[in-house]
Parts: sequence; structure tokens; C-alpha cells
Amino acid sequence: MSDTALEAHLNKSYEHGWVTDIESDTLPPGLNEGTVRAISARKQEPEWLLDWRLKAFRHWQTMTEPAWQKPQHEAIDYQAISYWSSPKKPTDGPKSLDEVDPKLLETYEKLGIPLAERAALAGIAVDAVFDSVSVATTFKKTLSEAGVIFSSFSEAVREHPDLIRKYLGSVVPIYDNYYAALNCAVFSDGSFVYVPKGVRCPMELSTYFRINAINTGQFERTLIVVEDGAYVSYLEGCTAPQRDKHQLHAAVVELVAEGNGQIKYSTVQNWYPGDENGRGGIYNFVTKRGICKGNGSKISWTQVETGSAITWKYPSVILKGDDTVGEFYSVAVTNNAQQADTGTKMIHLGRNTRSTIVSKGISAGRADQTYRGLVKINKKADNARNFTQCDSLLIGDKCGAHTFPYIEVKSPTATIEHEATTSKVSDEQVFYLRQRGLSTEDAVNLVVNGFCKSVFQQLPMEFAVEAQKLLAVSLEGSVG
Amino acid sequence: MLEIKNLQASHEGRALLTGLDLVVRPGEVHAIMGPNGAGKSTLSKVLSGSEDYDVTGGTVTWNGKDLLAMPTEERAGEGVFLGFQYPVEIPGVTNDYFLRTAINAQRKRRGEPEISPGEFLKLLNAKMAFLEMDASFKRRFVNVGFSGGEKKRNEILQLLVLDPKLIILDEIDSGLDIDALHVVAKGVNSLRDSGHAFVLVTHYQRLLDYIVPDFVHVLVGGKIVRSGDRSLALDLEAHGYAADRVGA
Ligand SMILES: Nc1ncnc2c1ncn2[C@@H]1O[C@H](COP(=O)(O)OP(=O)(O)OP(=O)(O)O)[C@@H](O)[C@H]1O
Ligand SMILES: [Mg+2]
Repeated sequence: MSDTALEAHLNKSYEHGWVTDIESDTLPPGLNEGTVRAISARKQEPEWLLDWRLKAFRHWQTMTEPAWQKPQHEAIDYQAISYWSSPKKPTDGPKSLDEVDPKLLETYEKLGIPLAERAALAGIAVDAVFDSVSVATTFKKTLSEAGVIFSSFSEAVREHPDLIRKYLGSVVPIYDNYYAALNCAVFSDGSFVYVPKGVRCPMELSTYFRINAINTGQFERTLIVVEDGAYVSYLEGCTAPQRDKHQLHAAVVELVAEGNGQIKYSTVQNWYPGDENGRGGIYNFVTKRGICKGNGSKISWTQVETGSAITWKYPSVILKGDDTVGEFYSVAVTNNAQQADTGTKMIHLGRNTRSTIVSKGISAGRADQTYRGLVKINKKADNARNFTQCDSLLIGDKCGAHTFPYIEVKSPTATIEHEATTSKVSDEQVFYLRQRGLSTEDAVNLVVNGFCKSVFQQLPMEFAVEAQKLLAVSLEGSVG
Repeated sequence: MLEIKNLQASHEGRALLTGLDLVVRPGEVHAIMGPNGAGKSTLSKVLSGSEDYDVTGGTVTWNGKDLLAMPTEERAGEGVFLGFQYPVEIPGVTNDYFLRTAINAQRKRRGEPEISPGEFLKLLNAKMAFLEMDASFKRRFVNVGFSGGEKKRNEILQLLVLDPKLIILDEIDSGLDIDALHVVAKGVNSLRDSGHAFVLVTHYQRLLDYIVPDFVHVLVGGKIVRSGDRSLALDLEAHGYAADRVGA
């Protein structure tokens, strides 16, 4: 997606929205303690949460932007960002599909997004076209009958303060890193999931989120807690291209799995990558971490990253309990001027802990991609095992792929396996497939999908199908 | 009908086909023999549209259509099939998925509806049974880890499933054991009728015991220097290409 007409159209719509009631709904650009207080006040937060934000903010002020990552970007002016705007009003977006750029609709068509959802994704006020209320209600009823809490972060702060207080910042501390600290100080909203002891969440937490994700801000927080023996599968994001006026996205996701609990967290990230030169694309700097706290628990991250100008994230697992399992399955696609520096950290603390890392990086155009992974095995982590498979696929000869596996082993009983490959979509493969009747693009897509197979298999079924199509759309124009 | 007239092609400036003439009528099997490096694979690839080569002269028509003007996939849609001397591996893509994708791609080109999954499976199972292929090859990744002979048999499976009209087989017999040679020949012979035309590149006259050609051509130095019937292959087996090389 590099359509500046659409960009202009959407920007215009946003501008239009601002004019109506800018004073009451938006904080002026700038960041200081007053900003943090103002956000907290508007959200009517309790004192303890304000204090927590302020602590994070004061610490953030002492920090400097990290510079070790490979992607380079222009300096971000944190004083130029507005840190609070009220949820989108219907006036912000187009009124009907007729007003939406046909190119965007064409992409939805290609992705097979259901008609009912296209309008919502295109930014039309959800209520106007999609009966989200009834969907959300049915949804909530099923969940509450099972005892599962699934709500916005703000609502959770009001309704379940004890849970939030107990777990907020327990996995990603406020001092963790520059962007996480910033998020702690100014986060706008996000999601909270709590699955009580022994409960298997009766549905994939996806559809609801998909529609509503559009309105989440640039500093969102997600907290998911599963109690003993509980299970949840959570889907974040959306295969449809998402546009946002904010350039910087600094989200924090925290996962907590108690004894024998399991969390499966899947992400499809398709933020606007910018034009062919990367202009206008989103900086996606996310901190995602889970802790396998109780014995026998398991956390699995699966991600399909195709969007953003810069993606910078390392979904990680702290394997604290004995016999815990951490998994990371990743497909990252970079095309044109996109840059991605992504990977994972597996921190083995408990005995008999196991981790699996499967990373598939695809680069096309002039794009650059880095896999960065840390496997750390502590002294007491007897019989820890890690398997890492790290493959890069290049399309064309102007793109790059880099692999930085860091391994720290302090236990003599550890088993570590690392495999890495770099391959190209070869002319021979493309010719072979074309000789059988496939177009060049279909041929490349088939090779790419084959390359990603072991990761796609981890995605929930319907998402896997969408992800394949998404890859095809993301790589459009990269060959031929 | 395939008509090749004075075909010339080069790779990075080096002439590889130097004025090649050949006419293949429907129902005919033409065997092409010739020394290593003579240009046999080059001919096969040029006919199927490889972009590795520049066509510098001549014409190729297939049923009256200008084949050289079409991209590779369009030629496939017109029924052109190349059995590769070195079949290519596609990791992560299962054989059955690949075949169904290919069949549907070709149908789409011809404006035909997609094959239903059930119908496809029936077709695939029948052809695999005919070629005595183990069912496990359906779920294996295309040519990945296949032995040389298995790859060749897999080419014939694609041939039978796709049912093309102009069939070019480049050394389909190399690397085959006796039993596999029988099976491959059985597959090819099952298509021998007035609806199919064959160009068979081979080094060994033994293949021609099983697939009896209507014509045998000797390709040397990028063109056909001698043509004859079945007996020419036997003659070559006995005397080699020495006489042809002199002429070339
Ligand atoms: N893509 C290519 N790049 C470089 N050289 C090539 C290429 N294709 C063909 N050639 C050269 O052209 C000549 C003819 O090759 P070709 O593969 O057509 O021979 P062949 O008759 O099929 O031989 P063989 O019997 O060994 O298979 C050879 O010298 C070969 O090295
Ligand atoms: Mg050859």
C-alpha cells in the first residue's frame, strides 16, 4: 500500500474530525508531568495508578533512546506528540463505503475480509454499519458464563483493581526499556484478559478484537493472566491494512501463566509501511513478554509481521516454573524500504524447561531484516533445552538479512540446537512453477508460503488462510 | 502441430541454437539425440519460454499460434509441458497442493472452472496408482529429498494429471532403474494418441524400445543435422556421433 491519495483522504478526514471539538477532546502536544496527570485524570484513575505512571515517567526522563538496534530512523520529537485524544467520533472517518478509496477496498477483497467488517476497517464508524453491540454482547455472555474476564484496560482498572495491581508491570517492569517506560507513563488503553483456574476459554479471543483494534491508540497495553490449568488463545491485530495518524506505536504486552496454564498469543501486524521510500510509515516499537510462572505452564507467541516502516520487537518468555515451555514462531516480511529487527528471548530459570524458536524472515525490494534472539540458560535450569531454527528468504538482490543469535548457557546439562539458513527464491523455481501454469507472482507466493509453512501451522485455521493472502499482498510488485 | 523454423537462440551472446528446423504433428513422437552440450535442453527450455535465453531468429508456431510471443505460463495454458532434466525442489509445498494449484491455474487460463477438491483427489489417486507411486508422495514437499528416479516419476505424474498437448521430456529416462523405466514408459504411452505430440530428448536408445518413436533426430551444434526413423537410434548406439560432428 503506497497510495498517497488514500493517505491524503484519510488525513483530511482526521483533520476534519479535529476541528469539531479539539479543545475538549485532545491534549495539546507535549510531554511533562502535567500530561501524565491529565491523562490519568481524564480516565478517572485511582491514585495508585497515577503514582505508578509518574514513577515510570520520572524514570523515562533519565533514559535515552536505545541505539543498538539495526533499523535507523529519524529522531522522534516526543514533545510534538499529542498523548491523549478521545476515542474516535463518527465524524472522524468516511461515512460510507462510497467515500473510501477503492484501492483499500480492493485490498480487503483480496484478503477475503468479510463484507461486514470491511467498512469498519476502512474507518467508518462501526455502529453505522456493523452491529457490533450485539456481537459484543453475545460474546461477553459466553465468556462471563465461563468466568473469563475480557475487557478494556480502563474498565479492568475500575472493575478488577486487585488483579490489575497484582499483575501490572509484573512482567515488564516500568524500568525495562525506553519505550516500555514511556508506555507505562502515558498508555491510553488496551485489553485485559483473565481466565480463572481450570477454565479453558470457550472461544478464540479474536473477532471482537479485530473490529475494535482499529480504535486503539498508539500506546496500548495488554495484560493476560491465566490461572492454574487455564487456557486461552488470543489473537491480536488484523490482516487488513491498518492506518493510523500516529507514527510511533509503543505497546506493552504482559502475559502471566500460572501452574499448567497455557497462553497462545498470535499476532498479525499489518500497520501502514509507508510509501516506497518508507515515508509516513509506522514505527512499531513493542515490548512483549510472558512469564511461565507456575510449573508446567506454557506460553506460545506466533507472529506474522508484514506492516510498519520499522518493526522492532522481541516477544519473550521467562521460563520460571519447572517443566515450562516457551515457543516463538515468527514470519516477518519486509518489502520496499521496510526495516525489521525482531526475534525473541527465552530465559530459562526452572528445571526441565524447553523452548522452541522458529523464525522465518522474508526480504524483498531494498528491505533490511534482522533476527536477534537470546537464549539464556541459568545455573539452576537443569536439563533445559532449546531448539532454534532461523531461516531467511531473499527475493531479488537488493535486500538484506542478518542473524544475531545470542546464547548464554550457565548450566552444563543444557541442550542447545541452532539451525540457520539463507535462501533465495530461485529463477529455476519460478520457471518450473510458471511452466506448470502459475503466474510469476503466484509462483513466488507459493515458494514463500512453503517457506513459512511451519509457522502458519501454528496459527488458528482461519487466520492462517488470511495470513497467506496477506503475504501475497505484501509482496505484490516485488517481482517481475 | 508444432512448427520450428530456423530457430536461433543464445545465452549471454553465445549462440546455442543455430538454425533449427522441426515439425511435430499431432500423435507423433520425435526423439532427439545428440552429444552433451549440443543444445537439447536449450531447445526444450526455449520452447517452454525460459528467460535465460535470447531468441535471435526464426519462428515457432504451435497450432498456428506464435509460441515465442507468449510468456511461459501462457504456453503452459496452451498445453505445452516440459518434463525437466533436473526437476526443482519447492520446500514446504506439498505435492498435492502444488498439483491442484497448477491444474487450477491452467484451467483459469483457459476460462474453465476450478476442479473440485474431491474430483482432484480422485484424479490424483488414479494417476498415482497407475504410476505405482506410494500415497506418501502426495504430502511430501515437491521433489524435496526425492531420489533422482522419484523426481522423474513425479514429472510423469504431473504430466498425467495436467494432461498437456505438446509434451517435451528432457532425459526423462536418466537415473531410472528398469522398473521405473517401464512405469515411465507406460505413463507416456498412455497419452499416445492424435491429441498429443511428443518431443523426447534422450541419450539412450533403450528408452526407445519402450516408447517407440516415429522419428529420430540428431542435434549437434545447435541444429538438427540428421533425421531418420527408429533405426537411426540403433545406428547411433553402434557408431556414436562421430560422423555428425564432422558435418556440424
Ligand atoms: N543457462 C545457461 N548458462 C550458461 N550456459 C548455458 C546455459 N544453458 C546452456 N548453456 C550452455 O549451452 C550449451 C548447450 O547446453 P544444453 O544444456 O542445451 O546441452 P544438452 O544438449 O542438453 O546437453 P546434455 O546432454 O549434457 O544435457 C552447453 O555448452 C551449456 O553449457
Ligand atoms: Mg540436457
